[in-house]
Amino acid sequence: MEHTVRGKKKLKELVINRDWCKGCGICVSFCPKKVLELDSKDKAIVVRPEDCISCKLCELRCPDLAIEVLTEEDND
Amino acid sequence: MAVKDYLRERFFPHMWCPGCGHGTVLNALLRAVEELQLNKNDIVMTSGIGCSARISGYVDFHSLHTLHGRALAFATGVKLSKPDLKLLVPMGDGDALAIGGNHFIHACRRNIDITAIIMNNRIYGMTGGQFSPLSGPDKKATTAPYLTIDAEFDIVEVSKAAGATFVARSTTYHVKEATEMLKKAISHKGFSVVEILSQCPTHYGRKNREGDAVQMMTGYRDNTAKLGSKALADNPSLIPRGIFVDQARPEYCQEYDNIIAKASRNRAA
Ligand SMILES: Cc1ncc(C[n+]2csc(CCOP(=O)(O)OP(=O)(O)O)c2C)c(N)n1
Ligand code: SF4
Ligand code: SF4
Ligand code: SF4
Repeated sequence: MEHTVRGKKKLKELVINRDWCKGCGICVSFCPKKVLELDSKDKAIVVRPEDCISCKLCELRCPDLAIEVLTEEDND
Repeated sequence: MAVKDYLRERFFPHMWCPGCGHGTVLNALLRAVEELQLNKNDIVMTSGIGCSARISGYVDFHSLHTLHGRALAFATGVKLSKPDLKLLVPMGDGDALAIGGNHFIHACRRNIDITAIIMNNRIYGMTGGQFSPLSGPDKKATTAPYLTIDAEFDIVEVSKAAGATFVARSTTYHVKEATEMLKKAISHKGFSVVEILSQCPTHYGRKNREGDAVQMMTGYRDNTAKLGSKALADNPSLIPRGIFVDQARPEYCQEYDNIIAKASRNRAA
């Protein structure tokens, strides 16, 4: 269903805006590859970037617009 | 344009609680607008009052933050005077169907080209958790310490019966689906309604033992099913998601122009 993983875009960087993140854990819980965790300050951090499949679900679901998944194809 | 170009970043971090679904609705809406490549100067967002209604402060479109329940009335005024603009009207379930219920059904009936987005958290979030016409029976709310007894509206059925020509439902868990529906709704010529189930962990989740944002979204995953799916056929108690209505009917502004043309002809004759 909506979990279809598009292509094989290579991850360049997972950018987390710590000023905007409120530590809700949505990105952590629903990441299909368990790439993210919350740190001791309850902010999302990237712990296993090598496992990321760039599905962007974390970016799309984040209620605080605090994550950006940059892939090799994105020019910005 | 990038998604952030449609945001008023100076107001971030936003006012919504951690895990509030309304932020995900904002996220999905920005993607829809970006994917449609709309010019932000062509978009007007009108909103009423509520946590949901605060969304109009965060988007870099023309915006009107108006009165509780009256966002559609303002949108109707804007649309009739400037029919080329895209009107987006996000509303809470209380805003849309309690105090704003009358405006809502008549906007559906007229089929005016406006996109209504109902951020349904089944509660009055902003004022502290009073039950709404979408809470349904057996729910705990500050105004129902012994549980609610009222039946809830089904937004899809109300919209259909009132005459909306595009009606869809999704959830904050199903963001890609929600974004696709928003794109279709915005492109549709006529009155469109997109209901997005949106968690209020602060006032609804906690009181009703539905847990935190993650648990509530897991509930959206497990308790809904796509229209026409086997899951839904096997278990009709699931909440259906999908596009329920997508039809053409004369649009209000166009009909209004026609009547002006007719009156002008009569006068000239
Ligand atoms: C005319 C009027 N009546 C009542 C209120 C108080 N009030 C503010 S927001 C609200 C309800 C908000 O609930 P909803 O529309 O579902 O949005 P949410 O906060 O849950 O997103 C009410 C009753 C008001 N502001 N104006
Ligand atoms: S979903 Fe967004 S706000 Fe929530 S923990 Fe992840 S980055 Fe932070
Ligand atoms: S892009 Fe997908 S796989 Fe990568 S961190 Fe986000 S949710 Fe996980
Ligand atoms: S009270 Fe509820 S609806 Fe309002 S911001 Fe908090 S979680 Fe969202």
